[in-house]
Amino acid sequence: MTSLIARQVGIAGRLQPIDLDVKAGELVALVGPNGGGKTSLLRALARIERATGVVAIDGEDVDEAPLARRRQLLSFLPASRDVTWPISTRDVIGLGLAKPDPARVDELIALFELEKLSDRPVNRLSTGERARVLAARALAANPTVLLLDEPLSNLDPYWVLRFLSIFETAAQSGRVVLVALHDLSQLRHFGRALLIADGKVQMDEAPAGMVASERFQEIFRIQAAGGGWAIRRQAGRRSLP
Amino acid sequence: MRLLLLALFLIFAVAHLLLPLGPLREAQALDPGLADLILTQLRLPRTLLVLGYGAVLGISGAALQATFANPLASPDISGASSGAALGAVVGGYWLGLTQPLVLAACGAAGALGTLALLVTLAGRKADTATLLLAGLAISLAAGAATSLALALAPSPFAFYDAYDWLMGNFADRSLSQAAAALIPASIAAALLLRHAHALDLTALGEDVAASLGLKPRRLAMEVIALSAIAVGACVSVAGAIGFVGLVAPVFGRHLTRGHPGRAMFPAALIGAILLSVADLVVRAVPLDRPIPVGVVTALFGTPLFVWLVVTMRRRVTA
Repeated sequence: MTSLIARQVGIAGRLQPIDLDVKAGELVALVGPNGGGKTSLLRALARIERATGVVAIDGEDVDEAPLARRRQLLSFLPASRDVTWPISTRDVIGLGLAKPDPARVDELIALFELEKLSDRPVNRLSTGERARVLAARALAANPTVLLLDEPLSNLDPYWVLRFLSIFETAAQSGRVVLVALHDLSQLRHFGRALLIADGKVQMDEAPAGMVASERFQEIFRIQAAGGGWAIRRQAGRRSLP
Repeated sequence: MRLLLLALFLIFAVAHLLLPLGPLREAQALDPGLADLILTQLRLPRTLLVLGYGAVLGISGAALQATFANPLASPDISGASSGAALGAVVGGYWLGLTQPLVLAACGAAGALGTLALLVTLAGRKADTATLLLAGLAISLAAGAATSLALALAPSPFAFYDAYDWLMGNFADRSLSQAAAALIPASIAAALLLRHAHALDLTALGEDVAASLGLKPRRLAMEVIALSAIAVGACVSVAGAIGFVGLVAPVFGRHLTRGHPGRAMFPAALIGAILLSVADLVVRAVPLDRPIPVGVVTALFGTPLFVWLVVTMRRRVTA
């Protein structure tokens, strides 16, 4: 069953209208150079700002969904970790729920190992700790579609792996998980990858083949070198003086 | 905690109405009807105005701080109060308007104008420094324009007359003046309180709020317009009073564990308490001429403001 259907979704000036189908249970990575449109695609799918087109989740038009329903359909985790107000970890996670549900909040606190931080104001936590709290908020209402913008940045290696396993579990339980990321070594955890550049989806396939392709390396301006990556040598590009 | 706050509010409301007791007792001894008259015609409008204005400053301060995601946004810092004063002065001394409700509309228009200017100049996601500087610039410009309007006003008494209320004065206001300020202000305040939950959600950032189906832009515009109406109407009757709208939300958020939207209600009670204390101080000071209420709130508010700025700086550098 197809779970997320986007038709002609775009943001004027930043993302050209695109069509996208993602099946339930798919874990999809969004990669691409800075400013290429990864965040714009996630924002357009989350129906933020002047997003055009139509997004349907399990046949339900997101724009038409009432406020209480919307949390169950999708959630968006922005790349910014800023929280202005001294709200506690527990309360921030609670903001992700339509109704107070202490048992669910406790579940998420345990999942993200936030027990010791549960009563601390989030604006006093470290960036990595805050990333865990905000991710817990995004997962709180158990939405069908998770739109996560660089959730793995600022995390230590343990938490990168834990987050990836949390995403895998979510996908296996029939959710749609879209994750924007920069670290190409993390791609092996994903079943499908979208390469986004110049406001367009340039490639859409399994990560292994994509990474090896000439087009991928050309767009990123890198090349495979000794098991890692090196800056791509380009004809006509001036070297540093 | 909420009950304690409510109890304090009631105590100060009654205290403000009855204190000082001396004149009431004397009047009672002369003629029971006279005491009633003092209570209903002189004291009641003043108490209602003080409590209402204080509550409006608390609510609109909390709402503006939530909207700008900045604990220093407030009716006075943003220049809204100065704009409202300018609007009321132009309406009263230049256009010759006397109807309290029309003057309240002038005040609201002035406040709206300055807030619109602030959003244009600083942007809604301005950092603290930009917001403060833009607000300061607008406040200074509005203050200068007010002085100019008074200096060039057709009536030679305008300047002296305006000095009497521009910095906050609750003496000798009639019930109809109180109504002109408080009816629009309470409608606007009630509409602001309806957005408490939405403003709490904007604490997670506008993108998250929008992804949850809210319209952050429209919400911000609504909050700004409603705050301008509420503050503007009060300023047109009782003058511009600083610091209450800045400080009350800070204490309000302590009671709502940091939630900026929910803090509007406690901030309203705290604002009303603070302003009734300030006005009681004004009445208790034995001077021939009354000192403006704004002077008293500034006296208490400035140290708190400095403390706020210092703690914020520490948090940023930590």
